[in-house]
Amino acid sequence: MKKLLITLGAISIMGITPLLTNATPQSDLEEFRAYFYKKFPGVKLQDYSNGIYALDKARRFEWQESEEFPAYEEAVEKGEKMFAKYGMKSCFKNGGVSIKQNYPYFDKKTGKVRTLEEDIMACLKNNGVDVKAEKLKYKKGKLAAISAYMAYTSRGKKQNVVIPNDPAAMDAYQSGKTFFYAKRGQLNFSCADCHVYNAGKMARGNLLSPALGHTSHFPVWRKKWAAKSAKKRGGESKPFDGLGTIQRRYGGCNKQVRAKPLKVHTAAYNNLEYFHTYMSNGIKLNGPAIRQ
Amino acid sequence: MRKTAKLVIAASTVATLLSAMALAPQVVVADEALAAEGKKIAENRKKGNCFTCHNYEGAHLAGNIAPPLVSMKDRFPDKAKLRAQIWDATAANPATMMPPFGRHEVLTEKEIDAITEWVYTL
Ligand code: HEC
Ligand code: HEC
Repeated sequence: MKKLLITLGAISIMGITPLLTNATPQSDLEEFRAYFYKKFPGVKLQDYSNGIYALDKARRFEWQESEEFPAYEEAVEKGEKMFAKYGMKSCFKNGGVSIKQNYPYFDKKTGKVRTLEEDIMACLKNNGVDVKAEKLKYKKGKLAAISAYMAYTSRGKKQNVVIPNDPAAMDAYQSGKTFFYAKRGQLNFSCADCHVYNAGKMARGNLLSPALGHTSHFPVWRKKWAAKSAKKRGGESKPFDGLGTIQRRYGGCNKQVRAKPLKVHTAAYNNLEYFHTYMSNGIKLNGPAIRQ
Repeated sequence: MRKTAKLVIAASTVATLLSAMALAPQVVVADEALAAEGKKIAENRKKGNCFTCHNYEGAHLAGNIAPPLVSMKDRFPDKAKLRAQIWDATAANPATMMPPFGRHEVLTEKEIDAITEWVYTL
């Protein structure tokens, strides 16, 4: 009952009349898309994988140029080498190649959502890698480079998140959906405030991207992140500086609204990623990608 | 209907003129100082940051999420209503994007007074 009330509250904030009784992930997905198709008539489903660059020609042109000699290329190569060095092939289906489109997935054994980064971490530990000594941490750096390599091998595959007919999977999906639409932080913004209702608008100099397609191209490489890592090291830069996973981005967007970022790869963010990625099902993966 | 509206406008113009004449010059100066202070707070990234969403005359690189701030005196004849909008925009519209500056203590009461004064000059 309490849960229902929370969901009701969150949905009424959306300002859309929800079909509560028969809303399914599939009907949510259709409604979500219909909203963007109406808002941006010329933009096709596959274009959404390009974020703000699907909306703005001038920015798209500049970005396409930066993708010709992409800053993440060396990181992808390093990621591939690490993948081999740590013997990670055996941990994954298909040797880890062309599988990212199936993440995140609902793990029936634990009743929880699992992300690619968690499976990478589990594989490393399973293979006896001293992750602390090797400085393999969530969100960025070497682990993000491994994730970037795996994303790279999955380019062109269509996002395919499955929500099995299992109450725990539905709960996970619902909790992610509620998170997405709930207002939070001192500034009181929901993800949807910026990436649904005001997508395409300018928040000062920032063009706001549509949430549809958000997940297709992670990890991303950002100049801002690269500069930050290099500065920490006293100016010396490394090839995987600048890379960040989607949950790193969640933390950044939470900070923008003056909400405390949550710990990555715990239920709240994993469920958010589950909902968020499901909305982009059918969109071809094109990660890693460069972003502002 | 039209006649009444005209009458009201005429009456309020007279009232404004009268009250302006009645005001001591120091008070006007103090309001200007407060409005200037309000502008500073409004344009401080860590405080009001209003031009993230609102354009207004003289705003630099403003966003376009919200309606431009123009003719504020006409739109908010009642200054208290304007202040209330800034203090908690969600009272009028729970779904609004505008942060509840007072209710969430983004700004102090004094800062909101100053911003209200500034918005009134737009
Ligand atoms: C105050 C506005 C705001 C809020 C609220 C916000 N974001 Fe963002 N977000 C941005 C801006 C600005 C960017 C950078 C430009 C862009 O790509 O939209 C961004 C970027 C992103 C990106 C990267 C897009 C890409 O193409 O690489 C993702 C993913 C994202 N946000 C997810 C979220 C999620 C999930 C939430 C809620 C937890 C959220 N955002 C809340 C403003 C916001
Ligand atoms: C993140 C976006 C955002 C920010 C920041 C913001 N506003 Fe707003 N504001 C809005 C929106 C959207 C509206 C439209 C009304 C609504 O949503 O209910 C609005 C409406 C208003 C109105 C009512 C306008 C009218 O004609 O009805 C006033 C006055 C106002 N804002 C003042 C301010 C001031 C002053 C600040 C800074 C201290 C500010 N706003 C910051 C989004 C914002």
